[in-house]
Amino acid sequence: MKKIEAIIQPFKLDEVKEALKGIGIDGMTITEVRGHGRQKGHKEIYRGQEYNVDLLPKVKLEMVIPSNRYEEVLKTVTAAARSGKIGDGKIFVYDVAEAVRIRNDDRGETAL
Amino acid sequence: MKLSVFGLLAMPAILPAQVTPDMSTRLAAVEAAAKSAQSAGDNAWMLVSSALVLMMTGPGLALFYGGLVRRKNVLSTMMQSFVLMAVVTVVWALVGYSLAFGGSGPVIGDLHFAFLANVGGAPNADYAATIPQQTFMVYQLMFAIITPALISGAFAERMKFSAMLLFTVLWSLIVYFPMAHMVWGKGGVLNAFSGGKIPCFDFAGGTVVHITSGVSALVCALYLGKRLGYPQMAMKPHNMTLSFVGACLLWVGWFGFNAGSALAASSLATSAFVATHFGAAAAALGWLVAEWIHNGKPSVLGGISGAVAGLVAITPASGFVQPFPALLIGLCAGILCYLMVVKAKAMFGYDDSLDAFGVHGCGGTLGALLTGVFATSLVNDGLKDAAGKVQPLGMVDGHAGQVLNQAIGCLISWVLAIVGTLIILKICDLTLGVRVNKEEEIQGLDLSQHGEEGYILEA
Repeated sequence: MKKIEAIIQPFKLDEVKEALKGIGIDGMTITEVRGHGRQKGHKEIYRGQEYNVDLLPKVKLEMVIPSNRYEEVLKTVTAAARSGKIGDGKIFVYDVAEAVRIRNDDRGETAL
Repeated sequence: MKLSVFGLLAMPAILPAQVTPDMSTRLAAVEAAAKSAQSAGDNAWMLVSSALVLMMTGPGLALFYGGLVRRKNVLSTMMQSFVLMAVVTVVWALVGYSLAFGGSGPVIGDLHFAFLANVGGAPNADYAATIPQQTFMVYQLMFAIITPALISGAFAERMKFSAMLLFTVLWSLIVYFPMAHMVWGKGGVLNAFSGGKIPCFDFAGGTVVHITSGVSALVCALYLGKRLGYPQMAMKPHNMTLSFVGACLLWVGWFGFNAGSALAASSLATSAFVATHFGAAAAALGWLVAEWIHNGKPSVLGGISGAVAGLVAITPASGFVQPFPALLIGLCAGILCYLMVVKAKAMFGYDDSLDAFGVHGCGGTLGALLTGVFATSLVNDGLKDAAGKVQPLGMVDGHAGQVLNQAIGCLISWVLAIVGTLIILKICDLTLGVRVNKEEEIQGLDLSQHGEEGYILEA
């Protein structure tokens, strides 16, 4: 099993969800987060007082998938989340040791 | 309305031979009916104006200021406006109205109207002959409420609630009531229309409301010191949409503030209404353009701040100037207040959290001075000599000396505000302590002072 953690632009969330649904991936967890990579953020001015906003709103999307599908999922998420501009986000992939379905004790990929 | 009343009354004077006892009774009845009609019209407008001025404090100012602070202080900031609607009202009923408008002393009133004795449905001809004195009393009360509320912009996010209550009560007694009496009260030393030694023109409160509150705000900001982390830490307005709605309510409410100061539904009220609107419009543009040139972007906060600055500056002038001078006063106020808030504040490094001084102190002083330039008897023919001849008002009427009178009025207002506020802060500091402690300030005043939060998103 692999865990995919994608940090994407909030306005791309719907497209990514639709694309994943299209390839049969249903389960996911979404968190609203703030952060930045190479993207510089922007400047705001309130009554002459300047504020540099460098932690920008992003959406973190987490899902655990069978190992054999992860290339396909990566391609799908990348394609759907890409606007081509700086700030599009990143995807990280982890190995997952175990999964348990709380309702009935299913283990491993059957629990996904 | 007035003309037709005079027409009716003038008739019997031309035809005295035809007046029979029966006719004179009927004439008296007509006269009474006309008087009552005028009173009804004036009273209706003044009651609406009173409500409009109250609306400026809550929700107007509460929203405007509430949106500009950080999320953890939104309720405490709103409360600083709201609670004055209750506190000042009680003080006003006990002694406030009397100290401001009772008697005819040069500096402060007397206790003639204390506990609202003799304040009823009959008009008080010294102030407004066509409306019940109770209407006049409650209208003036709304001014006494909003003035200390304006100061709260300077000590927002760090003043103890208890100290703020004590401060406001003392401030009303020591600064506001005397200033209101000097400028508007019978026999007041600055009251041009009641034989004051230093005749000042202040239609709706440039000196009484905005200079006193704005200058006291600066004193508070300096005395309390900066908010923790200012200016290194980001202290962005937490909800600009609240501030936007608040500012627009202020603009609307200001018609009651200025046009209502005619104390009648008269053409003078219309003139003040127009001047008020024009002043606000020009100032909004003035601030926006200054900001656009200087920062590259015209901001919403700039636009609404400019409008408020213009409303402040036109307040003393509103019942004395024509529409184009009103536009000019507004434009000057928009640009000057922008420079004060953006440039001067950064230069001197004081933390006037919500710019009560930059907008009200500076805008009020500018407006009071420019009133001396642009006041004209074409708008307001209320100033007459012993023979009943209408007197020139400002520089445009050829009376340049009025600018000096206005400057002295401003000076008195500044000095009273500085000295009074310092004494009051010292008293509050020695008894209650004026500032919350560090932990309370970090936690936010909503929780530490009131035990609640403005936004409970998980509920």
